[in-house]
Amino acid sequence: MSTHVQDFKRMASRYTADLRHRGLIQRALRSYEVKRDENKQRFQSWEEARQAASEIKWEAINHLDRHLQELITKLEARGTKVFVAGTGAQARDYILSVVKENNVRTIIKSKSMTTEEIDLNEALEHDGCTVFESDLGEYIVQLRHEKPYHLVFPAMHLTRDEISDLFEKELGSEPTSNPEELTMIARRAMRQNYCRADMGISGANFAVAETGMISITENEGNARLTTSLPKIHVAIVGIEKVLPRLEDLALFLPMLATAGAGQALTCYNTLYGGPRQPGEVDGPEQFHVVLLDNRRTELLADPEQRDALHCIRCGACLNVCPIFKNVGGHSYGTTYQGPIGSVITPHLRGLQDWKHLSNASSLCGACTEACPVGIDLHHHLIQNRRNANQSKPSMVEKILYGLFAFQMRDPWLYRISGKLAAFFYPLHRLIKGTTLDPLINWTKTREFPAPAQESFHDYWRKKKKESPDGRS
Amino acid sequence: MKVSLAIPCFVDQIYPQVGVSAVKVLERLGCEVDYPEGQTCCGQPPFNSGCWDEARAVAEHALEVFADSEVIVNLSGSCGTMMKIFYPDIFKGTAQHFAALKLAPRVYEFSDFLVNKLGVRDVGARFAGTATFHDGCHGLRELGVESQPRELLRHVRDLTLIEMKEAKTCCGFGGTFAVKFPMISTAMDEVKCASILETEADCVVSNDSSCLMQIEGLLRRQGRSTRCLHLAEVLAQT
Repeated sequence: MSTHVQDFKRMASRYTADLRHRGLIQRALRSYEVKRDENKQRFQSWEEARQAASEIKWEAINHLDRHLQELITKLEARGTKVFVAGTGAQARDYILSVVKENNVRTIIKSKSMTTEEIDLNEALEHDGCTVFESDLGEYIVQLRHEKPYHLVFPAMHLTRDEISDLFEKELGSEPTSNPEELTMIARRAMRQNYCRADMGISGANFAVAETGMISITENEGNARLTTSLPKIHVAIVGIEKVLPRLEDLALFLPMLATAGAGQALTCYNTLYGGPRQPGEVDGPEQFHVVLLDNRRTELLADPEQRDALHCIRCGACLNVCPIFKNVGGHSYGTTYQGPIGSVITPHLRGLQDWKHLSNASSLCGACTEACPVGIDLHHHLIQNRRNANQSKPSMVEKILYGLFAFQMRDPWLYRISGKLAAFFYPLHRLIKGTTLDPLINWTKTREFPAPAQESFHDYWRKKKKESPDGRS
Repeated sequence: MKVSLAIPCFVDQIYPQVGVSAVKVLERLGCEVDYPEGQTCCGQPPFNSGCWDEARAVAEHALEVFADSEVIVNLSGSCGTMMKIFYPDIFKGTAQHFAALKLAPRVYEFSDFLVNKLGVRDVGARFAGTATFHDGCHGLRELGVESQPRELLRHVRDLTLIEMKEAKTCCGFGGTFAVKFPMISTAMDEVKCASILETEADCVVSNDSSCLMQIEGLLRRQGRSTRCLHLAEVLAQT
């Protein structure tokens, strides 16, 4: 067993036993659901909007080569330096080279899961840079030396009091449970960081091929400062973020806000088209766009699961997932948590090491129902299970299900095993709940029903004997 | 109408009364009920575990057993989904693909069959008490079974239907998931049972006995007496 699956099981056991934590997350997500449903009503038809979004993404992903080429050409035409990184290491090396060339010491960042994916902060700090997160949630988890809990709400697992305690300890502020005051404390600390920073690093929500622009959507205004105050702006963009046309944003921006945070529209929506142009008075002197593959093209080559590249990282699938709601974001041990993380992590980081996430699902399909771009999430979990089994079969399961199939192909054998199980069932009471109990994983927390003495098949036989025409 | 009953293996072995009730309801509505006796399991356990070769071996047997059935009524949304949605997937590129595609449209989930195929809403049942309905995920999201069981329950005399808040939230069963990740499965079950208990209904009704096994398992462990009934058991009462 890989250490990842053991870590997952250990964390899942810890979090599921923490009723306070589960209550906190479930209450937060219930109020999200109410707001999300309110804002869905603003769409003429949410279902048709989903269909349209799915078709636009299908077009974007299935002709990714053309759209990326157009994006790069348009970006470069206004003086943006574009680097296409095949791997996370290549992306890190490129950014470190820009850091070195420009003597960058202090870096401010806005929220970006793609930088989490390639462990950029660690690499920058290792090279002697100081990195400040500017998104409030990210700033909080950075102060706690933690990974983001949720790809959209990084600090949703913390209460106001816990945040107050953290600020008191790290920033020396007065305790308060007022959210506005807490925000002001963080803001005061952060404002200085913007002015000090030599470089701003951001992610991107979308990349518009037609106009060669990066679209960033945010609620705090921190990304605008991050990208415009420092002399250098570096944006890291997964290649799947491409949208063909500018007008596509008219659908995707409200959709992302509604599905992701239950908002009609995110507060700040900005397009970045290049560095400061001649005659302009503000904006960064250098604008670098790093387009990251990092095994996304392998997913692209898989026709069955290619639609996972439609993902706009809204987090809607996490918000409705009963697994996420009970194990929490930190159990996953991945950059991308919840159903989308369980689907793509095996592709990004290795199927055998991460297949357990595809097994850790009841396949209820709430994620697929919630996904605004129509990714067939829960069926991809089944396919991951199949692929994992094909590439490295588990001998125990192979033997077990081999016997199972042998039994189920023979009705007589099936019935006789049922009779034997019913006959020996009373003995189960003797070992129930002990280490000898083959059903221990069930009986530890739940009662198991007794087999019936007379099966349906027995009933049917009798019924037919009594009235041979089959009618009662 | 001639109807072949597909009785899930665990209903056959553990909850035969569900099958008996379904026979009663269907015969009351004038159906000619048949039970192809060679049937065993639909093959979902190996399918869900990623062992598709073994799943196909079991499913192949089911294809043969139901080859001549005109209409197949499955008492579980989950096993119905296996036959209707996943058989065409697992047999893709094999000699049985056509047989699987031919079988799929003939498979109906029990409540869907009553409402949409027979066009019946009132099956003439009487059941004194309050009930809350739990949607099995496969029936709900794969087969679109949502209003059908509720329509049927609303027409049962003396029965009051109380919707629970988490009706459409998974109970945490998920087949082998329930024993592979018992801590998560049980946590989900706890959410479900709390929502059931909040309604103070006398019984929880579902169209999937596997969900009911999960729900009843925890309710009994908690010392609760809420009855757990398959829809067919409620509809059979007069």
